[in-house]
Amino acid sequence: MIVDIPRFVAAERPYWDELRALLDGMDAEPETRLALPRIQRLHYLYERCSAGLARLDTFSTDPALRGQLETLVSRAYSEIHETREPRKIRWKAILLGFPRAFRRHLGAFRLSAGITLLGCAFGWFAIRMDPHSKAVLMPFEGLFNSPAERVRQEETASKDRLSGEKASFSAQLMTHNIRVTVVTLAMGMTFGVGTLILLFYNGVILGAVAADYIAAGFGTFLTGWLLPHGSVEIPAILLGGQGGFILAGALIGWGGRTARSERLRAIAPDLFAIVAGAAVMLVWAGMVEAFISQYHKPVIPYGLKIAFGVCELVALSAYLGWAGRE
Amino acid sequence: MKSARPSRLSIETPEGVVFSFELATPVTRALAWSVDTAAIVVANIIFGQIAKLVATMSADFANALSVAGFFVISVVYAIVLEWRWRGQTIGKRLLGLRVMDIHGLRLQFPQIALRNLLRMIDMLPFFYLVGGLTAVFSRDAQRLGDMAANTIVTRERKAEIPDIEQIAPAKYNSLLSQPHLAARLRSLVTPESAALAVRAVTLRDGYDPLARVVLFRELAAYFRRLVEFPEESVENLTDEQYVRCVLRVIYGVRQG
Repeated sequence: MIVDIPRFVAAERPYWDELRALLDGMDAEPETRLALPRIQRLHYLYERCSAGLARLDTFSTDPALRGQLETLVSRAYSEIHETREPRKIRWKAILLGFPRAFRRHLGAFRLSAGITLLGCAFGWFAIRMDPHSKAVLMPFEGLFNSPAERVRQEETASKDRLSGEKASFSAQLMTHNIRVTVVTLAMGMTFGVGTLILLFYNGVILGAVAADYIAAGFGTFLTGWLLPHGSVEIPAILLGGQGGFILAGALIGWGGRTARSERLRAIAPDLFAIVAGAAVMLVWAGMVEAFISQYHKPVIPYGLKIAFGVCELVALSAYLGWAGRE
Repeated sequence: MKSARPSRLSIETPEGVVFSFELATPVTRALAWSVDTAAIVVANIIFGQIAKLVATMSADFANALSVAGFFVISVVYAIVLEWRWRGQTIGKRLLGLRVMDIHGLRLQFPQIALRNLLRMIDMLPFFYLVGGLTAVFSRDAQRLGDMAANTIVTRERKAEIPDIEQIAPAKYNSLLSQPHLAARLRSLVTPESAALAVRAVTLRDGYDPLARVVLFRELAAYFRRLVEFPEESVENLTDEQYVRCVLRVIYGVRQG
């Protein structure tokens, strides 16, 4: 119990000031690691201030004084009790962290791919059973024409229809796809329902387009058109779905005994690694789609485009499957 | 009216010490975000002017730069500022708000990135309806992004230290002659009521004389109800003098 408040404050204030100065220094230079004696001093000051706060609690209150001490203790607490990685951003760790995060949650990726495939199957059969459903399943102007008409137009085009707008088209694709991927991930907050719907819908469109072109006998055109960018873009959106299901899993917490906040805390670095990796992939996919995918025979032979797409897919699989393995 | 949701988040350390954060209300957060939106618009206008310079070389590239720039600025603005300024953006700084880890730990970059990326669903369907409603109904005033990232937005405690010599000069204070009662008074006075009394004393000359008398009477009556001092300690004290003596008791400690 504090008998003489003024005396208590006078005796403790130098320690409070020292702790504040130490914390201000750490704030100003967050990259600096403290030497052991400084850490020991920080710990001592934190404990001393905490004890002071506890004593103030039991006896008397000067609101501003208590507030100041509370702020000081909370700041020191965040430094002392933080056990996660320091705030440095290491590029090598990010580069390897992405495939590691992907592999840690392979189940969620399989689920994401499975739902997309289900959507594909639905879109495929819907178009095959009812070709008139095309306008509903593929509400995009570019896909309204018959595949034969589209292929004829593309292969006989005498001038570059994207001339003077390739870069802006590419930028639009990148931003749109990144937004779709992030929203697919964020929809995990609806316990995965939103993610599931978005992935299924994407799958339906993909399946419907594939059915339309393959049924018309333009499978090679379709593969040459989609594979160069799709081999990166589609996995990126699946990664968004993976993130969404990871988030949903942490929210639901089946079978675990940890608190929801702890589960969310545990997945945050992986979610960030996955969404950042997917965003980089989509920047690449946007460039490929604007500069390569939209050009067909005779400008770029289909064989070359397909080979390019396969190489990308192999490289991506190798990176996600093996990079950072220990 | 009493709010059903606590406006503070208390954290108990392993040492058994409790400290608390004042949670920011959805309205304050909306105001901060409107300031940030203005900042983003200004940044985009500046970026647009730069892109116009590039347009003299390539209109296509300039267009691409504008599209990508707008997207990057909108997404990255809050992430970078909250990272560099430890949980604050321009709007949050102006409004005195700060993003914090819900357990009081150091804010990590993935947390900042996640809470800002998840804005995309908090903004749905318009004007942050999803995020706003979630913040109103959640226990710790969190929007969906905050829940996923384990963050809260707090109001920074301003260390408003009144000039005690101005409002309650260190003359003889009869209340201090009863140290045990003075200590009891200190322990019972809430920060809000103390702040109200400081404000009343600071602005006294601006009040209508009659209103001033009523105000100090009510304040003095409130403090008298908290602790009853013996008659000899309070006799001949006007209500205003009584309130000033109380303030000296509350804040005078720091001068010691």
